[in-house]
Amino acid sequence: MPVITTNSPEETAALGRRLGELLLPGDFIALTGDLGAGKTQFVKGVAEGVGVDPAIPITSPTFTIMNAYEGRIPLYHFDLYRIAGDADVAELGFAEFFYGAGACIVEWSERLSHEIPPERLVIAFSHEGETSRCLEFTPVGQRGADIIARLFPQLEQ
Amino acid sequence: MLILAIESSCDETAAAVVRDGREVLSNVVASQVATHAEYGGVVPEIASRKHLEAVSLVVREALSGASMTLDAIEGVAVTRGPGLPGALLVGVSAAKAIAYARKLPLVGIHHIEAHLFAPFLERPVEFPFLALVVSGGHTHLYRVDGFGMYATLGQTLDDAAGEAFDKVGKLAGLPYPGGIAIDRLAAEGDPRSIHLPRPLLHDGSCNFSFSGLKTAVLNYVRKNPGSTEGEHLKNLCASFQAAVCEVLVAKTEAAILAIGAKRLVVAGGVACNSALRAGMAKMAERRGVDLRIPSPILCSDNAAMLAVPADHYLQMGMDAGLALDSLQTWRLDDVAAERR
Repeated sequence: MPVITTNSPEETAALGRRLGELLLPGDFIALTGDLGAGKTQFVKGVAEGVGVDPAIPITSPTFTIMNAYEGRIPLYHFDLYRIAGDADVAELGFAEFFYGAGACIVEWSERLSHEIPPERLVIAFSHEGETSRCLEFTPVGQRGADIIARLFPQLEQ
Repeated sequence: MLILAIESSCDETAAAVVRDGREVLSNVVASQVATHAEYGGVVPEIASRKHLEAVSLVVREALSGASMTLDAIEGVAVTRGPGLPGALLVGVSAAKAIAYARKLPLVGIHHIEAHLFAPFLERPVEFPFLALVVSGGHTHLYRVDGFGMYATLGQTLDDAAGEAFDKVGKLAGLPYPGGIAIDRLAAEGDPRSIHLPRPLLHDGSCNFSFSGLKTAVLNYVRKNPGSTEGEHLKNLCASFQAAVCEVLVAKTEAAILAIGAKRLVVAGGVACNSALRAGMAKMAERRGVDLRIPSPILCSDNAAMLAVPADHYLQMGMDAGLALDSLQTWRLDDVAAERR
């Protein structure tokens, strides 16, 4: 489980960009962490890496629940904070995005239980200092491990 | 024309009866704020199930509030997008069913387009005008040249202003919705007591950014124990609110100068904020601009506002019929291209 420290919002975004370059349809990236822990900056980088037009602002999905972007593949950015539970996920039709033509990057995926895709990569964000952030990468299933191996080749034994 | 309007694009299920896109006969909002407050945060429960339970009720309430039955209705308007498919579907399906059963023309309206025209329910605004739509999900500046003619001049690059209010409210331990609590506490605080950043204030664009300001408040609260209590909290609220309002007013002023606007509309939920209303009024007076901010009930999400553009489109003979579909993503600039 790689643990990375970034020293500025730019470094956080740069790491996101490298992840974005690796993403494939069906990938599910879960982000956890408090307000201001760097998730928004990270997703801006992911979008750039996926090839989303840099002129398109990557805005918070807290109120809209989901924002969709077109890049090399579609990128679906979810914030499930305002979702009550699995029943809503089914009713709101999210499965077609989770197993669709694009990659999903999901904040507050804790709101999901049995609806959560079995293969995923979890990235936990935490504050270190005012601008430095700690990112902990945890794979769930083979695809998550593959992404980590490609993202951090120096960690290969 | 008597229009029945239905809105279900986000948290609220709402219905209204409006005559000639002007006279509000009823305006019913099944507010979910009471349910949300239990969670003390930005709030779960955007369930489409909630909309489904509420939609028949609000339509019935709207009709009885206007002292009429469906027999009198001459057209149906519904929010077509943007929003979550499951939420939009409830309103669109209800509107289609009513239009089909009663053989009425039906028109789909863009949610933000409806906000732009909310002040028309009190008094029409002459075209062209500049509009700031500021809410939980939006902080956008538009040039409005007529019905269906909109151009985005600037927007938030991360969080919307209303989201910043709610998240700062949450980290300060305030009850939901944070915007109202901050507004109330700020009235008794000193807006110059705590220095907070004014993001993008001098970048020369009409864009906004509020994510960094939220983080600055978070860092301040962590470094200053006790800052979320008593006088200190009032000062924090006042300083935060001042930073948000200063940026909103300055960027709107820049847009006025850029396009030579003579008229300004400020709409959306955050337009209820007293400091923003006061700041805009002062700036508009200095610039000789006619400012229109709807009353609070018409600023937050409601169905009556849909009837203004809907009346125009229906008078032109538009009828989307049963082919009307919801649009999850829909840029306001593309409204004319997607009009149905």
